[in-house]
Amino acid sequence: MEGRAATERDLRPDRTGGLPAWLLGVVPLLLILAALATFAALDGPGLGERRGPPAEELAVERTVLQPGTIELTVRNDGPDAVSVAQATVNDAFVQFTGADQPIGRLETATVRLQQPWVEGEAYEVALLTSSGGTIAHEIPVAVQTPAADLSFYGLMALLGIYVGVIPVALGMLWLPWVRRIPPGWLRGVMALTVGLLAFLAIDATLEGFELAAGGSQAFGGAGLVLVGAVVAFLLLTGVSSWLGQRRRAATAAGAPGGHLALLVAVGIGLHNLGEGVAIGSAYSAGALALGAFLVVGFALHNTTEGLAIIAPIAHLRPSLGRLALLGLVAGAPAVLGAWIGAAAFNASLAAFLFGFGAGAIAQVIVQLAPSLRDGEGRTLHPIAVTGLLAGMALMFATGLLVSV
Amino acid sequence: MPKLSRRRLLAASVPALGGAAAALHSAVPHQHPWDAEALAAGTEHANAGHTGGHANFRDGRTVDHRANGFDPHTILRDFDWGKSTRLPGGRVLREWELFAVDKEIEVAPGVKFAAWTYNGRIPGPTLRCREGERLRITFVNGSEHPHTIHFHGIHPSAMDGVGGLGAGEIAPGSRTVYEFDAQPAGLHLYHCHVRPLAEHIAKGLYGAFIVDPAGGREDADELVMVMNGFDTNFDRANEVYAANTIGFAYMDQPIVTRRDELVRVYLVNVLEYDLINSFHLHGNLFHYFPTGTGKTPSEFTDTVMLCQGQRGILEWRFPYPGRFMFHAHQSEFTELGWQGFFEVVG
Repeated sequence: MEGRAATERDLRPDRTGGLPAWLLGVVPLLLILAALATFAALDGPGLGERRGPPAEELAVERTVLQPGTIELTVRNDGPDAVSVAQATVNDAFVQFTGADQPIGRLETATVRLQQPWVEGEAYEVALLTSSGGTIAHEIPVAVQTPAADLSFYGLMALLGIYVGVIPVALGMLWLPWVRRIPPGWLRGVMALTVGLLAFLAIDATLEGFELAAGGSQAFGGAGLVLVGAVVAFLLLTGVSSWLGQRRRAATAAGAPGGHLALLVAVGIGLHNLGEGVAIGSAYSAGALALGAFLVVGFALHNTTEGLAIIAPIAHLRPSLGRLALLGLVAGAPAVLGAWIGAAAFNASLAAFLFGFGAGAIAQVIVQLAPSLRDGEGRTLHPIAVTGLLAGMALMFATGLLVSV
Repeated sequence: MPKLSRRRLLAASVPALGGAAAALHSAVPHQHPWDAEALAAGTEHANAGHTGGHANFRDGRTVDHRANGFDPHTILRDFDWGKSTRLPGGRVLREWELFAVDKEIEVAPGVKFAAWTYNGRIPGPTLRCREGERLRITFVNGSEHPHTIHFHGIHPSAMDGVGGLGAGEIAPGSRTVYEFDAQPAGLHLYHCHVRPLAEHIAKGLYGAFIVDPAGGREDADELVMVMNGFDTNFDRANEVYAANTIGFAYMDQPIVTRRDELVRVYLVNVLEYDLINSFHLHGNLFHYFPTGTGKTPSEFTDTVMLCQGQRGILEWRFPYPGRFMFHAHQSEFTELGWQGFFEVVG
């Protein structure tokens, strides 16, 4: 009994000796900082000299080809500074500018190599570091990088509209039909929507992993995709519950359908942002032929996204303006993405955006799931399962038409 | 001399190139009737990359020869005759001391390589003697690794400088003496013969070994070129190629020779990791004496191919003044450093 009483007394706030609580919170932090500073000042006592040669790692984040020059933007994602001493292209030393100073950890540098490259041919650039190590970068197909002028941004905007805005808008034309079908069918359409979204989430995640592998690993590599997904999921969950609260606080006029449609549009919009980045970067790297086939493929692929937006508002009478807004929220980010991808592509950023898109979609699926419930409260009833599988099959089939 | 960037050179039209070639040509005296020919030829071939258009290390950066402790331009004409004394009976005893030392060498501007060297330089000293002399080479191993000196030539088994024979591998801090007669006359080489062989050679333990014939050779401007390369990232392929270690050294500063004077190149290939190497001379042909052992040339050519350990003597005269390239005729080696210029004057 006595021991217990002593413990309780210990926990009482007046045991802090009159010091404010915030100070007690800060003291350990200050002690840690002081210990680290001492450790650094003494140069890591007991650890001895660093063994072995420096670890030199450079990730090529961006390649720009202009007539007679190859420009690489590299980021040091290793622990030590890297000095680029010489450069070769296809086993021949070349003149270059940039990277005059050692590149510190996480710093970037741009090297501009003089090389009379020929369109359509492959090149291997190797940067020779001061320790004799080589950082090789392959250019599988040399194609001039489009100049980032107004007409180029215009082209990217057009591309974004073709693959994002128009298909989504077309998909929304199913609204009158969806409005007339019986509730059972509507649940099937909702399930189809969830299937479409599930496919997109998986696709975006895998694409994100692929991009992350090509980017600088110092920022987390594949972890970025997952972080992006979690961030998006939590953000949208927060926004959704905030919207719900506001609506309940106001009148009962706001229906959960409109709220759902907006969430779906936002989720799809974030996904299209990542898709736009992939398209823009592939185009500027010359890996993408802009053709009718690609646009038709994307149109079919993304038209289904329009259906996903209107399914939750089938029982409402949304204004034309509101429908247009939903369409823009879902489709327009493709334009923004294409600009980012073409002008400032960064594999790590793109991977994060793909993860972000996937997380947003996952959140939307969670929001949509209750609307699949039939009269008996089952979610995975035969119609829903059929819809889910059909949605995934539809995305898979239309996805075959496009590959970025 | 006008400096043309690669881009400008490529972008320029043919007349501009002709002008550049003419400007380049004006850098050398031209009071000869063939000047017009040279100018015409220059117009046609100016795009071959003889000016600023050739491959080279990053502009404005050179290897610090002083820090390296040797300069390829000095190595070119540096023949080490050692210390000679007379043995009872009148025969010449020629002695050298070679020491192995681990040393960081700048093999390309800004690129350091942890090399193993003889006497702190790569290639090691060019040992030169006359046929029939008695040779005594004291070897001190100051490296952290066991080494030997294996000479090419005719000598007793115990003097072969390989593990398990004679003194065998010389441990760090130990020494030995290799002693044998200088035979046969010709161009030979020496190198370390300790396992792993490729590493011990590629790290820099080699040099030229010249045995002059008893009657000597015709007076000439004599040059030593040891063709080598460096695998700086240890992937068993060379990142940089050269004659006498420093790539492009003779591009940045051509080898000056005189018109009509006999030029004799002692050419040795020690290149590791590549099956063959070669030497190609521009604007001329040379007489080739394989291993330098015969008096009659085997070939009159402008390109010879050598495997590792192969060597030969090249002789020619330049009838025209001006700049003439020489390089490996493996374009890859050429553009990775193994190329240079002769500047013919007079």
